[in-house]
Amino acid sequence: MRSVPIGRFAPLVILVVLAVLPYSTLQVPVLFDGLLNSPGTLQLLALCLLFGGLALSYDLLFGFTGLLSFGHALYFAGGTYVANLALTELGWGLGAALLLTTAVGTVLPLLVGSVALRVSGIAFSMVTLATAQVGSILVLQDPGGYTGGEEGLALDRGQVPDAFVGVFNTVNLYWLALVYLTVVYVVVSWVTRSRAGRVWQAIRENERRVEVLGLRPYTFKLLVFVLAGLLAALGGVVHLLVLGGSTPRTTTSEFTLSLLVMVVLGGAGSRWGAVLGGVLYTYLDSRLTDLASSPAVQDLPEWLRVPLSEPLFLLGSLFVVVVFFVPGGIAGLVDRLRSRRRRGEDDGPAPGRVVEQLKDRVGAGMSGPRDGI
Amino acid sequence: MSTIVLLTVTGLGLAALYFLVASGLSLIFGLMGVLNFAHGAFLTVGAYGTWWAAGHLPGAGSTGWSFVLAVVFGVAVGTAVAALVELALIRPLYERHIEQVLVTVGLSLAMVALVRAIWGADARPFPRPEWAQRTTSLLGANVPNDRFLLIGTAVVVLVAVLVLLRSTRIGLVIRAGVENRTMVTALGIDVRKAFTLVFAVGGAFAALAGSLGGVYLGSISPGQGTSLLIFAFIVVVIGGMSSITGTAVAAVLVGLVQQYANYYAASGVGDLSVVLLLAVVLLTRPSGLSAKVA
Repeated sequence: MRSVPIGRFAPLVILVVLAVLPYSTLQVPVLFDGLLNSPGTLQLLALCLLFGGLALSYDLLFGFTGLLSFGHALYFAGGTYVANLALTELGWGLGAALLLTTAVGTVLPLLVGSVALRVSGIAFSMVTLATAQVGSILVLQDPGGYTGGEEGLALDRGQVPDAFVGVFNTVNLYWLALVYLTVVYVVVSWVTRSRAGRVWQAIRENERRVEVLGLRPYTFKLLVFVLAGLLAALGGVVHLLVLGGSTPRTTTSEFTLSLLVMVVLGGAGSRWGAVLGGVLYTYLDSRLTDLASSPAVQDLPEWLRVPLSEPLFLLGSLFVVVVFFVPGGIAGLVDRLRSRRRRGEDDGPAPGRVVEQLKDRVGAGMSGPRDGI
Repeated sequence: MSTIVLLTVTGLGLAALYFLVASGLSLIFGLMGVLNFAHGAFLTVGAYGTWWAAGHLPGAGSTGWSFVLAVVFGVAVGTAVAALVELALIRPLYERHIEQVLVTVGLSLAMVALVRAIWGADARPFPRPEWAQRTTSLLGANVPNDRFLLIGTAVVVLVAVLVLLRSTRIGLVIRAGVENRTMVTALGIDVRKAFTLVFAVGGAFAALAGSLGGVYLGSISPGQGTSLLIFAFIVVVIGGMSSITGTAVAAVLVGLVQQYANYYAASGVGDLSVVLLLAVVLLTRPSGLSAKVA
């Protein structure tokens, strides 16, 4: 990084640009429908930023520590539902609801993680998948009429500060999402450079070696599991405010899989890669849905129109293509281009190549009873 | 008494469904180390293949042999899709397990979305043979016949797989490959042929589970495969990841626990207790039920 001084300031520059973006009345013809500061566009942008942050919290687990969790949706959904229940059912203020969500967002991953992390490899993935399924079942069963079942749960806006209510205030929600993304980015940057962060990355590379060095991988893995869960739960609160309610869609395993898609798309193990992946995925998901109902697509012959009407089909296919041809995602691609420009300098493996590095470790754990998963 | 009989038979029927999905998963995982997320999509493809054939294929329908023909068509489609996926997408990523898992994740999203795009997100009524809609009196309980269909099919599949594994050459290769793949390759045997076979067989079982699941539930929807897949995963893990008999035992355990708890506690509790069962098994015997006690 030393040879590229702009790189260090790039996040700051992007932050400033994003912060003043709502003041522009620019019309971006193809990318967005309305003006840049129209409520519709701002809400889409807010969701993009929010999912950028959420993807980064998942990257902390998957990309930085090598934990393939299939249950990250649980903490995000937990955040939206707990905050929603506190605001709507208990009639608490936003601050109290936030405190409760923080508590739940810490205790829940602590409980799940302390059980799930006793096993490793694929068994860990399965336990997280199963616990997330519990959340999904609970929400859909609608015990006591609290979660609203398939309908979701609308937010009682009376308890939310006026600044976050109404179409006119969408810009505040946009800033809120930006604050969330910034907080996640700063926290992740800080912890991945800290001593614990180094241990996480060491666990990703070779867990047994960490053990030999006299450290307990379990404690460090639990720490990152709780931190990622807490960040996701806080993201859930932002999601609740941006959408004005909780939706059971956030509890499904499909939702966690989409987080995995975001991170791999952008580049696992890279901070900006994960954020970009989350932003891009959310943007494409939303725009492709609009595209599917647009007259341009409706007039197409059936064999073209039908696949185009499902964003998830296109995104899933894109994902397969990325795994095949762009290993390391966008971050890996950029890194390879950059290292081609200044040949000779070796900075170790590119950040986006994490998936490849993971293969030996998880592969070893997967290939049978020898490793004792 | 009649309630217990009904619950047990229904639980075993559910177990049969889980076993059909999980046996393929466990074979694929045991031999190739791939956790196949696209397995639920194979199930959906098989179910829709059968449903389509019953309505469109000449000679196929919803009664007697014409229904069997429809199921055969659905299973054939599922098998073909699975074999194609292995040849085109899994094989090039040989030995890169994480990427293989990621590809199957992408496939599971894309294939289910494609089915949804073509036939809509709503559930479709499934053609059920008349025989399956009737009930049989067993120990005082009126048990729907489709349960027996499920259990019978699963038992046949279990026996067939065991015979394949124990007394054929390819079965020997598969068993050896599960044990130590590197050694099998070193002995000059092309394990990759077994990979394609295992994938195709797994796809066939999943498609069969899709068709029979359609008979059992009376309707099919694109998301059905994915929700069944999660329980199949749990069955595979409880059963010890790569053992067919372990998978069968785990399927029976999960199916019965789920049925009993759903009836005697409350709806939904059964699903939760299955997850609890998984946690207990993993904490007490981290390698699953079939693991030898060291």
